[in-house]
Amino acid sequence: MGVSAPPVQPSPADLNPHLHPDLLKESGQREVFCGLTSIVWLHRRMPDAFFLVVGSRTCAHLIQSAAGVMIFAEPRFGTAILGEKDLAGLADANEELDRLVKDLLERRPEIRTLFLVGSCPSEVIKLDLAKAAERLSAQLLNRVRVLNYSGSGIETTFTQGEDNALQAMLPLLPSSDEEQLLIVGTLADAVEDRFRLIFERLGITTVRSLPPRRSTDLPPIGRGTRVLLAQPFLSATARALQHRGATLLSAPYPFGVEGSRDWMAAAATAFGVPLARFAEVVDPLVERGRRALAPHREVLAGKRLFLLPDSQMEIPLARFLSRECGMELVEVGVPYLDRQLMAADLALLPADTQLSEGQDVDRQLERVRAARPDLVLCGLGLANPLEAEGIATKWSIELVFSPIHGCDQAGELAELFARPLRRRALLQLS
Amino acid sequence: MELTLWTYEGPPHVGAMRIATSMEGVHYVLHAPQGDTYADLLFTMIERRGRRPPVTYTTFQARDLGGDTADLVIRTIRQAVDRFQPEALLVGESCTAELIQDQPGALAGGMDLGVPMVNLELPAYSKKENWGAAETFYQLVRTLLKAQLPAPGTPKPSPSRWREEGRRPRVNLLGPSLLGFRCRDDVLEITRLLGEHGIDVAVVAPLGARPADLLRIPTADANVCLYPEVAGPVCSWLERSFGTPVVRSVPIGIGATADFLRELHAVLDLALPADLETVEGQPSEAERRSRLPWYSKSVDSTYLTGKRVFIFADATHAIAAARIASRELGFQVVGLGSYSREQAREVRAAAAELGLEALITDDYLVVEKAMAEAAAELVLGTQMERHSAKRLGLPCAVISAPLHVQDVPARYSPQMGWEGANVIFDSWVHPLMMGLEEHLIGMFRHDFEFVDGHRSHLGDGAPASASASTAPSPEEASATSTAVATAAAPAAGTITAAVAVREALESLWTADGEAELAKIPFFVRGKVRKNTEAFARERGLERIDAEALYDAKAHFSR
Ligand code: SF4
Ligand code: SF4
Repeated sequence: MGVSAPPVQPSPADLNPHLHPDLLKESGQREVFCGLTSIVWLHRRMPDAFFLVVGSRTCAHLIQSAAGVMIFAEPRFGTAILGEKDLAGLADANEELDRLVKDLLERRPEIRTLFLVGSCPSEVIKLDLAKAAERLSAQLLNRVRVLNYSGSGIETTFTQGEDNALQAMLPLLPSSDEEQLLIVGTLADAVEDRFRLIFERLGITTVRSLPPRRSTDLPPIGRGTRVLLAQPFLSATARALQHRGATLLSAPYPFGVEGSRDWMAAAATAFGVPLARFAEVVDPLVERGRRALAPHREVLAGKRLFLLPDSQMEIPLARFLSRECGMELVEVGVPYLDRQLMAADLALLPADTQLSEGQDVDRQLERVRAARPDLVLCGLGLANPLEAEGIATKWSIELVFSPIHGCDQAGELAELFARPLRRRALLQLS
Repeated sequence: MELTLWTYEGPPHVGAMRIATSMEGVHYVLHAPQGDTYADLLFTMIERRGRRPPVTYTTFQARDLGGDTADLVIRTIRQAVDRFQPEALLVGESCTAELIQDQPGALAGGMDLGVPMVNLELPAYSKKENWGAAETFYQLVRTLLKAQLPAPGTPKPSPSRWREEGRRPRVNLLGPSLLGFRCRDDVLEITRLLGEHGIDVAVVAPLGARPADLLRIPTADANVCLYPEVAGPVCSWLERSFGTPVVRSVPIGIGATADFLRELHAVLDLALPADLETVEGQPSEAERRSRLPWYSKSVDSTYLTGKRVFIFADATHAIAAARIASRELGFQVVGLGSYSREQAREVRAAAAELGLEALITDDYLVVEKAMAEAAAELVLGTQMERHSAKRLGLPCAVISAPLHVQDVPARYSPQMGWEGANVIFDSWVHPLMMGLEEHLIGMFRHDFEFVDGHRSHLGDGAPASASASTAPSPEEASATSTAVATAAAPAAGTITAAVAVREALESLWTADGEAELAKIPFFVRGKVRKNTEAFARERGLERIDAEALYDAKAHFSR
């Protein structure tokens, strides 16, 4: 992104490229979700928004497969499926889209923000959804805001969909130089409330979130804004926020006791919270978090872990599982590596950790089989096949659907990894 | 452009995946963007398979589009063939690849791969999953059997050549596939049934077959088209090209299984066993091999008579269900439809026989609306109807794909043959209120536990809408169509209008009319309300009070 973006604090990993020596860069078949999948949690976070994918039956089928049973509750997302007529002429396609959006909004007057989500087909035929969003926004002025982002597989991997969605919202954020702490990245409601309470106890009173719970409740942004990323997959959003004058705080991500403490400490330092105050508020949480971790650490310590690329959460999770749960890291795979956003976590990884970026799934599976790890973090397309080969797995998608952030959740997070191992020990079936 | 919230079928390449994954020794190279590997989950999670689907995706990204995607295709094909050493290769495109037109099949054709290769052309913007499965199966069989095609003018093989050859007759079972409904157990059941009649199975395909098995297809005396959605085209082609007769009765239900056996015996020139003879309209001896006929006749089932049932499924299962419901369980079919446009004609014919007009659509909101309007007491449908039914507070059983993980059960659960009928009896009757409870709720309406709409054998209490409030009759069609309008309205244009009409009608009801209506057992209340309103409209009544309700009841009981 822009060169003018103020860099985040350099970390030891950046200063010393030899720390994680052989980054394995791979290309080949990638077994990952596309960014459309992010709709599955974003529509719950902002119930007054509607996500309209402009794509093919494949896209509709993907969302329904990923959303499972949820689709029926109260659909706040759908797909405008392109037909042969739309492919024949873009003019027709634009007209069709306008018609369809108007119908949709007439029947769903409660929608405040409409996201037009780009897909592979819409991008390949160069349907200009950005322009469509502008056009529709102008027509629907003061009623519905129409935004656009790409969730296509050709442009985005899984959680990157959220990055793009948040980035699309940024132009709507009012400008203000007010002092505030902005937490960026979807958090479970309870986790968010918890963090706010803790920050309040620390004396940081103005804490806002992006995405908000209501799509119209957008936080302001400006020079007084200090940003804590709650999720590691927000590269584009982080840089765009910096362009609006915000300062990005460098911290490991708030997974586990240590990560959460350091994450909160980064804010405390930035807001000049006295050390003693921080200790008074946070130490008991750390203490309790460690107690909750202990039984899971017993299961996990010494176990060898292989992480396949999926969500960008792999590096912070690997850091937590190695440092706090005593696991050994065989390979840490990421769909793409943003060294800047990962700096703090990378610095905390054991020095000899094998990192890999990108994927050639068949070759990576050969490495998995050769290493015979005790646990593999992977997607659902691979989990049962690996189990059938006798390799224990933890399916990764659960991590974006579970409240795993914060000291109070460290036990739950470790439990997610310990459970498959405990289960294997329990089952007396050969 | 068409707004879709739920799709009954995936894109056609998912149908092709079903064929490849159902078989052994077949590999599928799919030109598709990064992200389309989501389809693997259908097999590893819903079908709970312990193997990755035999599919290699090119998973191109935007940066590849600038370069040579054709080269990527060639590389991927080469690597897949080297790594997996398939006995036959499928090459095709997903919807996005179709737009960039790399012609992967043509590229593969020029590669000298040393294995039979099928170039799949599946138009993703006009066709769907079942069509894709049928087309893939047909093209694969055609490619493999090319060398065996009899010269034009060759006489058809006699269906009784087995007799001349001094062996048992043998047939192919065509159509069963993964993500089809209960195919695993249907194959077992039908194989066993055929065995009892001295008939062998030559090839089961695609499920479990290798390319080498497909080469044996012409050795059979007949083809059994178990799932027309998948095997219809291939059976017709085999009939045209090899003269192999096709058995087209689908053996789901008692009558259909008996018909199937009779058709099979006729086709194979086998004497009909005595136990399949019908005497004076009595069920044949064979039909009593299933418990369904007796269960359905036993007095406990009397209360099932005339239960209003709404059916929506793929064509095969919808047609079978309609026959079972109307002739074997004594239900009244009040709605019949399917999302299978390819078999629309057959569904229309089955509906016409029941005096209905078939609903052919792939818009689930239209189905939900029809379900509510038909005032059904039981819904037989797909995974989707399960949820519409839940929202409307209606009992429901799943009879067809699309399915969810719970419809790929561990236990033996065929739909076909005699045992299939047993499974069907249990699973369709189970969601209904048991007879005694039905009577008691009709008599005593003030119970604090067994409330209106409660089905205590399900252990779940009342349906959500029925227990939601004390407002008069909230679970009726009226309330539910309003709920549909507010909760799920996007694609159902007519619903808003329907709501207006409904509100106008509602204002006709007097308090005592409503009170009387509330006394009607919940599962028929929707029907009574509709009838009464129709009656009121017909007579031009301005109010609907208790008397009007009883007038209407008498009027309609004629
Ligand atoms: S990868 Fe592309 S075509 Fe496939 S579902 Fe995602 S956006 Fe649609
Ligand atoms: S709970 Fe009842 S209505 Fe819901 S799916 Fe099960 S049987 Fe059908």
